[in-house]
Amino acid sequence: MPHINLPDLPGIRGPMAFRPETAKPLNELAEVLLRDDNNTLSRGERELIGTYVSSLNDCFFCQNVHGAFAGYYLGCDIPAIDAIKKDYQSAPISAKMKTLLAIAGSVQKSGKHVTPEQIEHAKKEGATDREIHDTVLIAAAFCMYNRYVDGLATMAPQDRQFYVNRAPQRAAEGYAGFDLYK
Amino acid sequence: MAYINVPDGVPGIRSLVMFRPETGKPLYALAQVLLRGESTLSEAERELIAAYVSSRNDCLFCMSSHAAASRCLYGKRENIVDEVLKDMDHSQISDKLKALLRIAGKVQVLGKEVRPEDIDAAKKLGATDREIHDTVLIAAAFCMFNRYVDGLASWTPTDPTMYAEMGARMARGYVMPNTPNTVS
Repeated sequence: MPHINLPDLPGIRGPMAFRPETAKPLNELAEVLLRDDNNTLSRGERELIGTYVSSLNDCFFCQNVHGAFAGYYLGCDIPAIDAIKKDYQSAPISAKMKTLLAIAGSVQKSGKHVTPEQIEHAKKEGATDREIHDTVLIAAAFCMYNRYVDGLATMAPQDRQFYVNRAPQRAAEGYAGFDLYK
Repeated sequence: MAYINVPDGVPGIRSLVMFRPETGKPLYALAQVLLRGESTLSEAERELIAAYVSSRNDCLFCMSSHAAASRCLYGKRENIVDEVLKDMDHSQISDKLKALLRIAGKVQVLGKEVRPEDIDAAKKLGATDREIHDTVLIAAAFCMFNRYVDGLASWTPTDPTMYAEMGARMARGYVMPNTPNTVS
């Protein structure tokens, strides 16, 4: 049961419906960071960063919602996403993406864990300043979303297929301006 | 020096939102509604939660700037801020605020660290659902802001007078800095 009296909706939707004033900038941030097409990182790559950080933060709801988005955009199934979460170094993703996930993993621990060597490594693999910026902010933002969802003990459907089934429709409607109750 | 090419001589998060105003806009809007919007927690109390979490995340820029904003908002009772940052349990704040800061401290570690006992303790002291919600979200948001500021190694001034000026400006509200593309 959630720690406070929230509308009966899955995950972050409960507190967002409880407090629409804060939901607005939270959703606008997700939209520009994860879904805006004015970005050289694909939607799938950005969702993968969110998924990876959510798994490190052990947030079931966020890693399944965003893992399903990543799978939808990248054209892979849950086991493939799970394999990346478990060991991205051995996964069939680009060398640049591996350096960005390394940075995201450091951000998850604390901002100060990011080292000049990690940044240099990412730049050598072709990462731009803007891509590094977005990677750090996506990782930092999920350290917020994960804490918001779990810190209020929100309810998360346990069937992982639930998230996969909803991903195409959710991807089409986006993070801003959707109906929380649908 | 920051890890990416942000404007010179601009401290902390201001340099980052000038680099990327598209994400800066919702970040400032979130700070404004959480820390300055309508609430039964005072602005000084909410800034104190922000400074407390930033201190636990060892983020000197956010801790110093939000502590300065809180001091400014507490006015004659500004000593409260340093008391809390030094030893929250023995500070002179209300028991309700202590219970909320304990919840914020748990959120700083990880969401799942918040236990029903922590919530019950706050409710028994009069905290409302909305105050608990906002405390959790302020603490979670500063786990983001702190990582953003330090993860890109943005400039952290060491001169206390700079933070006093920042605090006075922040006390009036969160407004995006002008970017090179904006007419000032």
